[in-house]
Amino acid sequence: MSELKLMKGNEALAEAAIRAGADAYFGYPITPQSEVIEYLMAEKPHERTGMVVLQAESEIAAINMVYGAAGAGKKVMTSSSSPGISLKQEGISYIAGAELPCLYANVVRGGPGLGTIQPSQADYFQSTKGGGHGDYRQIVLAPASVQEMADFVKDGFELAFKYRIPVLILSDGVIGQMMEKVELFDPIPRLTDAEINEKYPWATTGKKSGTERRIITSLDLDSHKMEEHNHKLQAKYKEITEKEVRYELIDCDDAEYVIVAYGSSARIAQKAVRLARAKGIKVGLFRLITLFPFPSVKMHEMCGKGIKGFLAVEMSSGQMVEDVRLAVNGCSKVAHFGRYGGIVHTPEEVLEALEQKIIGG
Amino acid sequence: MADITLDQIIKPENLVYTKTKLMTDKVLSYCPGCGHGTAHRITMEVIEELGLEEQTIGIAPVGCSVLAYEFMNIDMQQAAHGRAPAVATGIKRVWPDKIVFSYQGDGDLAAIGTNETIHACNRGENIVIIFINNGIYGMTGGQMAPTTLIGMKSSTSPFGRDAQRMGNPLKITELVAQLPGTYFVTRQAVHTPANVRKTKRAIKKAFENQRDGKPGVSFVEIVSNCNSGWKMTPRDANTWMEENMFPFYPLGDIKVDGKLV
Amino acid sequence: MTEELIIAGFGGQGVLSMGKILAYSGIMQNQEVSWMPSYGPEMRGGTANVTVIVSDERISSPILTIFDSAIILNQQSMDKFEAGVRPGGTLLYDPNGITRHPKRKDINIYQVEAARLASEMGNTKIFNMVVLGAYLKIKPVVKMENVILGLKKSLPERYHKLIPLNEDAINAGLKNVIAVQELH
Ligand SMILES: Cc1ncc(C[n+]2csc(CCOP(=O)(O)OP(=O)(O)O)c2C)c(N)n1
Ligand code: SF4
Ligand SMILES: [Mg+2]
Repeated sequence: MSELKLMKGNEALAEAAIRAGADAYFGYPITPQSEVIEYLMAEKPHERTGMVVLQAESEIAAINMVYGAAGAGKKVMTSSSSPGISLKQEGISYIAGAELPCLYANVVRGGPGLGTIQPSQADYFQSTKGGGHGDYRQIVLAPASVQEMADFVKDGFELAFKYRIPVLILSDGVIGQMMEKVELFDPIPRLTDAEINEKYPWATTGKKSGTERRIITSLDLDSHKMEEHNHKLQAKYKEITEKEVRYELIDCDDAEYVIVAYGSSARIAQKAVRLARAKGIKVGLFRLITLFPFPSVKMHEMCGKGIKGFLAVEMSSGQMVEDVRLAVNGCSKVAHFGRYGGIVHTPEEVLEALEQKIIGG
Repeated sequence: MADITLDQIIKPENLVYTKTKLMTDKVLSYCPGCGHGTAHRITMEVIEELGLEEQTIGIAPVGCSVLAYEFMNIDMQQAAHGRAPAVATGIKRVWPDKIVFSYQGDGDLAAIGTNETIHACNRGENIVIIFINNGIYGMTGGQMAPTTLIGMKSSTSPFGRDAQRMGNPLKITELVAQLPGTYFVTRQAVHTPANVRKTKRAIKKAFENQRDGKPGVSFVEIVSNCNSGWKMTPRDANTWMEENMFPFYPLGDIKVDGKLV
Repeated sequence: MTEELIIAGFGGQGVLSMGKILAYSGIMQNQEVSWMPSYGPEMRGGTANVTVIVSDERISSPILTIFDSAIILNQQSMDKFEAGVRPGGTLLYDPNGITRHPKRKDINIYQVEAARLASEMGNTKIFNMVVLGAYLKIKPVVKMENVILGLKKSLPERYHKLIPLNEDAINAGLKNVIAVQELH
């Protein structure tokens, strides 16, 4: 077995970056995710693996450092929390357009604006519908435990390079700040420069004589070519939608009602499921792991099999619920429950919402 | 003891000093011994003494002083992190007769907002910038700032700042002094009564410059302690500041009336 | 077995690290654990609290409003969390600085004079370990040998020489906990 440790979600993310063989991390402090860069600085990854860790002068600078390093074929990441993620959107749009692989994490806090430093899930739209400009998508992984904060770094980098796409780990203040037991995966060595040259024929690593020069860009002034490029991007997103959907079903086999949730909300909902089952209510939990791609097919299939209602539980005023409605497409009742602005709902509140909005309503 | 009321202690005839009315009664959120509170107070005293309160708009940064608008009893805006000089520019351009100032920390002004700082100074916006340099990110719990000294420990330079890996401390004040758009550039401190008096005079000069339409930015740096972030008692922090910060960030005027000193 | 506990007091009392040691002790005996702190500027000299869950099963919500046990170390926390103890649950507190003592009739209430004991032992920093000892006397959710292992895991190596002192503090807590009200 690999190492068992008690770690904060933010620390697990940072440790996993070193172990995943990341070449660089660029960041800027913001609560509640500053532990990521603090941990990396204390761990001296330049001594452990040669990984570069740099505190940039802003999130704008950090994401543009990611752009450059990713375009040169390196495995790079950044992380921040909501206000900082907003600043990164321009860069992420460029990364999506230029088809670069990168990983970034958002440890979400309540907004809008400077908002609060307490946990929230109000960045769902921004994460899944494209926070920056242009017709692009990114893969969104939603960890619900410290263990997944570590594991999704490894998975995220794999997906990023497989599809040359930005991958977002969408976490929140609960998962970032809490400590749990985590089993760390064995370290993966960083690629050598020669391996990068061989594996990534698109990366700008200096034009070798007799080879085509490589250009990283998101620009094409010829609209026909730009449309073609967009077709290619859409084909990639379709393939991802078909192949990369991930979710977990808990107590759904005999369920009449289903709670849909992700991240820390899913943990709270799981407790609500227990409370409900103790009262004899047959309810299950549909925990989303990928938010894009969204598991619409499975959800629709379930409602065809007699689920009487879906309760979307999220720490926002109702964002994910829209995707649940699209998936269910009218074939079953859908309602939303959530606290927001940094307030975390309790299992008791979730149960009450289930009884009132789905069972009773 | 119990039957003495406040009114009995506080008698008008015993009054020796009173807080400027341009500070609200809100209890300051700063750590005891922090320079932010003093810097707020003297800025507000200057505005009151110059009679500018009705035409002044202040801009609070993101940093420990994010709540400056709660304490400064004048019209205020709160800017996104680092963007205060841009916000100030916007206001001053559409209200050229108003007095506009930004109040910013070193992370805000010299890291995330360097662009905004440099360009506002280079355009010669007719604004005042008050810059609190405590060598650290106070609000977020003591991370390295662009101004953190070499060897200085912070939560993101836990073994001390090392120039090769983390870059050098930035003397942004000397830098903006080189720009044609700055009119008055000075560096002061607020840890002793004598320094407070000097700094207040500097701030007054800065606002007078703007009032009198002198061309360009008046830029007042205040080297201050962050005893919490430095993990020292307030007294030790001030001693440490004198011994370590002042040699690197020497106090005094750098540019006066548009000319380098 | 599942124990859902809140530890609440001032920042600087070692609230968070006490929770961490308890969580590590749980890991040492193969249990599931979670540790969820309050975070943010309120911690600067203000109140700090942490919710710790130790369980034989996978833990669902790490955030709770109702607790099996509450360890309360200042007045603000008493005001905030006394009501959150489950009926039949346990409240442990240090009477030092408490002006309004717990009033509930449907819970078990214990006291430990941890601040006094720690200062008598010449080191106020072991205050939290005295409290931990008292708690473990009432609620032996983890075995003592695993607490020592947990201490080793959560303390940096350079502090390992302090483990015997911490053990003494835990024992002082074990011996000096007083029942104020026990339900039968
Ligand atoms: C876009 C964005 N990134 C990061 C933060 C987090 N943040 C808040 S204050 C701060 C640093 C403030 O330091 P400084 O300007 O030196 O002010 P001080 O607290 O030291 O007075 C940071 C990084 C934020 N609020 N917004
Ligand atoms: S953290 Fe530092 S800058 Fe902020 S109020 Fe405290 S001493 Fe002042
Ligand atoms: Mg600062």
